[in-house]
Amino acid sequence: MAEPTEGGGLSFDPMAQFEVKPLFGGGDVAWYTITNSTLWLALAIAAVAALMLMTTTKRAIVPGRGQSIAELVYGFVYKMVEDVAGKDGLKFFPYIITLFLFIFFANYLALIPLSFSPTSQIAVTAVMGFAVFFTVTIVGIVRNGTDFLSLFWVSSAPLPLRPILAVIEVISYMVRPVSHSVRLAGAITAGHAVMKVFAGFAAIGAIAPFAILGMVAIYALEMLVAGIQAYVFAILTCVYLKDALHPHH
Amino acid sequence: MEGSIAEMGQFIGAGVAGLGAGLAALGVGNVAGNFLAGALRNPSAAASQTATLFIGIAFAEALGIFSFLVALLLMFAV
Repeated sequence: MAEPTEGGGLSFDPMAQFEVKPLFGGGDVAWYTITNSTLWLALAIAAVAALMLMTTTKRAIVPGRGQSIAELVYGFVYKMVEDVAGKDGLKFFPYIITLFLFIFFANYLALIPLSFSPTSQIAVTAVMGFAVFFTVTIVGIVRNGTDFLSLFWVSSAPLPLRPILAVIEVISYMVRPVSHSVRLAGAITAGHAVMKVFAGFAAIGAIAPFAILGMVAIYALEMLVAGIQAYVFAILTCVYLKDALHPHH
Repeated sequence: MEGSIAEMGQFIGAGVAGLGAGLAALGVGNVAGNFLAGALRNPSAAASQTATLFIGIAFAEALGIFSFLVALLLMFAV
């Protein structure tokens, strides 16, 4: 990104937007420091609360605009959990809708210009990914006991193959939290970096119109990705939950 | 030209790992294309299978993410 910096003297480092900085004053970032990441995480929670609490306080029989949206989201996630995780997965519906709405709003608020995208931080997504992993593993062991291990013993395969498959299954089980969290962080980071790169090109006079058109297109794509990544995170949680509840292949 | 051979290998390795992301894109395209082909033959069954579509895409994509991760590790962590 050496070229765009020459036009206008502004810095266009595409990765600079992901830097976690203290909100008040300078100094180092400790665990208690209020950073820009903290601010946008809090705003995401506020947005979820605004949608789900403020609109449904009246509990109107004929829902208004806000309540219709809240009911639509609730029904959508409820059906997804029921379809993918099964009827006994519905106990975990509050957890999954919390994850879905939180990631959804964190992703969409990050698309506001000059905002910060908390879901681009692996620290944020890894906490959610590992929380799902441990929840699912503990639920599986509590519900099924040692029967949970049959998840790794593919009884439909020929007997000599089963130990090899068991090793592969264990590895693929252990990398789940990694792929689960890096998928979200990677998609958001890559999308926002591409937008910044196009913004850098917009500083070069001759190609500025094309760069701005490209930015509009990438922004539209990012709107799509923000929703889809929240959906994928929630639906994979349902898949993992189904594996834990019904470990038999 | 400055820097060591090891550093050069790191950058080359990161670039080669980037190929994995492109190959995962082939896999994702294969899943989505086959879904569309099936959906056009039997549109009434398509709506009930969108969840399966996304799960399939997510699993195909996971391996691309691993190569992306390897590239990131080579660039910033090694």
